[in-house]
Amino acid sequence: MSKHHVTTTINGEATEFLCETQQTLLDTLRDVLGLTGSKEGCASGDCGACSVIMDGKLVCSCLVLGVEAEGKAITTVEGIADGDHLHPVQQKFLEHAALQCGFCTPGFIVAAKALLDENPNPTETEARYWLAGNLCRCTGYDKIIRAVMDAAAEMRGETVR
Amino acid sequence: MNYVPSDLKVVGTRPIRPDGVDKVTGRAQFGADMVMAGMLWGKVKRSPHAHAKIVSIDASKALKLTGVKAVVTADDFPDIPSEEAFVGEGPMNFRDLSRNCMARGKALYEGHAVAAVAATTQAIAEQALELIDVKYQVLPHVIDVEAAMADNAPILHDDLFTANVEPKATKPSNIAKRVYFHKGDIAAGFKGADVIVEGRYTTEPVHQAYIEPHACLCAYGADGQCTIFSSSQGQFMTRSYVAKLLGIDIANIRATAAEIGGGFGGKTLVYLEPLALALSKKCGRPVKMQMTREEVFRASGPTSGATMEVKLGAKKDGTIVAAQHVLKYQAGAFPGSPIQPGCMCGFAMYDIPNVEVTGYDVVSNRPKVAAYRAPGAPIASFAVESAMDDLARKLGKDPIALREQNGARNGTKTHYGPTHQNIGFLATLEAAKSSAHWKSPLKPGQGRGIACGFWFNIGGESSAAVHVAEDGSVNAVSGSPDIGGSRASIGMMVAEVLQVPAERVRTIVGDTSSIGFTHVTGGSRVTFATGMAATMAAEKVVDQLKSRAAAIWDITPEAVDWRDGAAHPAGTNAGAFEPLTLSDIALKAARTGGPITSEVSVNAQGAGPGFGAHICDVEVDKETGQVTIVRYTAVQDVGRAIHPSYVEGQIQGGAAQGIGWALNEEYIYDKNGKMDNAGFLDYRVPVASDLPLIEAIMVEVPNPRHPFGARGVGEVPIVPPMAAVANAIRDAVGLRMPSLPMSPPKVRKALDTANGD
Amino acid sequence: MPRVVISGTSCQRFTGGKTELEVTATNFRRLVVELEQRFPGLGKQVEDSMAIAIDGEIYQDAYSAPLNPDSEIVLIPKIGGG
Repeated sequence: MSKHHVTTTINGEATEFLCETQQTLLDTLRDVLGLTGSKEGCASGDCGACSVIMDGKLVCSCLVLGVEAEGKAITTVEGIADGDHLHPVQQKFLEHAALQCGFCTPGFIVAAKALLDENPNPTETEARYWLAGNLCRCTGYDKIIRAVMDAAAEMRGETVR
Repeated sequence: MNYVPSDLKVVGTRPIRPDGVDKVTGRAQFGADMVMAGMLWGKVKRSPHAHAKIVSIDASKALKLTGVKAVVTADDFPDIPSEEAFVGEGPMNFRDLSRNCMARGKALYEGHAVAAVAATTQAIAEQALELIDVKYQVLPHVIDVEAAMADNAPILHDDLFTANVEPKATKPSNIAKRVYFHKGDIAAGFKGADVIVEGRYTTEPVHQAYIEPHACLCAYGADGQCTIFSSSQGQFMTRSYVAKLLGIDIANIRATAAEIGGGFGGKTLVYLEPLALALSKKCGRPVKMQMTREEVFRASGPTSGATMEVKLGAKKDGTIVAAQHVLKYQAGAFPGSPIQPGCMCGFAMYDIPNVEVTGYDVVSNRPKVAAYRAPGAPIASFAVESAMDDLARKLGKDPIALREQNGARNGTKTHYGPTHQNIGFLATLEAAKSSAHWKSPLKPGQGRGIACGFWFNIGGESSAAVHVAEDGSVNAVSGSPDIGGSRASIGMMVAEVLQVPAERVRTIVGDTSSIGFTHVTGGSRVTFATGMAATMAAEKVVDQLKSRAAAIWDITPEAVDWRDGAAHPAGTNAGAFEPLTLSDIALKAARTGGPITSEVSVNAQGAGPGFGAHICDVEVDKETGQVTIVRYTAVQDVGRAIHPSYVEGQIQGGAAQGIGWALNEEYIYDKNGKMDNAGFLDYRVPVASDLPLIEAIMVEVPNPRHPFGARGVGEVPIVPPMAAVANAIRDAVGLRMPSLPMSPPKVRKALDTANGD
Repeated sequence: MPRVVISGTSCQRFTGGKTELEVTATNFRRLVVELEQRFPGLGKQVEDSMAIAIDGEIYQDAYSAPLNPDSEIVLIPKIGGG
């Protein structure tokens, strides 16, 4: 059971790690690299709590193997804020109280950022379908959707809610 | 002291929660996020059979595997005799809890833990599980509640005899107990009725489905001092349950509540912690354990499935004169379904002179049920509120009007005994009636339903502390794990009393060694009880601040007022002193007597009940049977909303869980008693595209027993949705769906059957 | 003398089916002692598994909950939560 040496970029930083063949990217992030922001909710790609962005694409890191990170650029929730400056999605989540227990929040933050990177002006329906892969059991999604729509408006330079 | 609403500066506003930034940046530490030096990984071997005798367990091969450090079975846990079973605070049967955490003699459900192993990596631990050789003698199993009650049903426990029946039971049974409440004369009541409706209703077991699986990190020290870090609704509960299960002094365990990724009642007991600590004791190293999603479904308590019959009788003018309800709830492998509250809640909203409620707590080969948000009440109300809707139709009455006419008010005697005081049911109905939703027209093909709900809310033991730092900033310590923003509201109440901005108070959750005993976060009790303790602690701090100011000014404390976060002389006679702020006084704390701090513990009584009324509009796709929620409004009396956003959040979240319970969620079993859908793909909870925005309308009927008037809010909102959705479907397509979930195949089948008639 | 109504079924095996009792106790603690004396086993059952509603307000685990002769006093099963 010898490990694999992987070289990758995580949140803008060049990173190397060793992982076992069967270890998922999620396990690698959490248990090898200590980046515990991405969460395991199901390990089968159904809940989105492990969402990361890999080479610009939103993926469930539980469905990606650690070795697949070789040569890729990965963004996790820990890389969404710019130092002290929260991303508008993060700020709006706080203002709208779009989190209660906060466990699904990292996945939603990453998924919402990926949405707005691709579609800066989503309708409510488009936002709901994009985020349908992220489960939340606490909020009923209401304040999450409001936060995402408000963040989108702010990022577009509009100030009207 | 009761605070006047018009004076409030912090309570009622919407500041950003103190733990918010950590949560949106992924820094917050949940149960599986902690590490310790030398940590091992623990895994659980689980029964593949729904019912079996455990003949033998041979772990010798597993122990030989390199990297395996310990294996535990039931032999490593004290066998708690039944006389000791109720020791401790609250009626928890520790003998059953121990046997649920680790099977002893018998596996009672598929997924029941039979052994656990600790190893240096997760992969080795999983390999080791395969090497543990368990020999079973498979027994016939039973799942369905009525099948479990039948005379020839396979019996789970040889020592379980039905309680509360006459004559006394002599044969072992799966019926653990019978419950009975009555008021008036039910037979006479029905005799006097002009109109009668009856119905038979069934619900399937559903899981709390918190997104975070159970997880913990436990370390047994060489001197017997233990540390537990776990995802739990109560660090004090975790500590005392583990102490009981392992035979340790309670004070030898220091339990920290990790941030918790949802609980809803499912984390008000322990599963992994006793195993992890036992493993740690055996090998002398910390052990981390987390459940997979499959394990969460197969081995942690969902709530009951049930079969019910309801019968209502009313006069032509709409007065309900008789109400009868028979409820049969699954308890899972050990007794303890929420049959009692189920029996009490169904009719708690109504003033009915003749009532009879009979309930049965029935064991079957499923995971032991755990509490789920207003335990028992959603199931009961599904039946009652569906029947109320049928009654309204039969009488030709508006469904809100029928409920108003028969609604409980101050002075209404419930069927389970006490008389309601200070309740807000009618105000809730009034708000529902005046809502924009209720007044809005339906589009063609849409249907509208309304249903109501009730929950007691509890108080209980809570502790909180307020400490003034040397620069006048403030720390508040809450004994309650924060599931949904309670740190924010606790801090806000403290800030209000101190009359400082919310951001001046930093609230944390204390571990079991750092703050006084606090009962679990559940029962909608934290804002009420821990809020009460925090408010009282802040008031004591204000008293101290006034004395310190008096000492600085060399006057008596009675001559000092506390206003706007500063001490002021009470009048011109007191002296022409400039106000002293918190910072000014804190600077001189040592000289004026020492640290400025207070901790208060309460056993809060007087938690007022809550009522909800939900309005639901649906469209039914007749081809696929899919039901779409097009509009949803949840009205609830909340006492006083300390932080309105988090109160709205509770209402919206509870409604969403109820909608999932109504439309899709269920445990599906194969003929061997194994769960077929133990994952989020096939156990279908609501996703963002399933729901519209949910309007939460908060009615404030203050609870006079809380300093700010707060009532518990978390549980009421899950009670009405199932019937609200069922009543909307009835309105849309003319079909009564008496069986949950109302999933597409079932709706389609009902439509086909109706058309075939 | 305060009148206590016992709701539900869990106490009936101790009282022989009686659900209404006149008591001399003036608080919950004294009630538990009195019930145990009059119906062995009942006091423990009430203390362990019942709450007391006094004029509609529910008290749980409160020895000092006061029993007045004019109050409505009902023993109901303890309430938990989720």
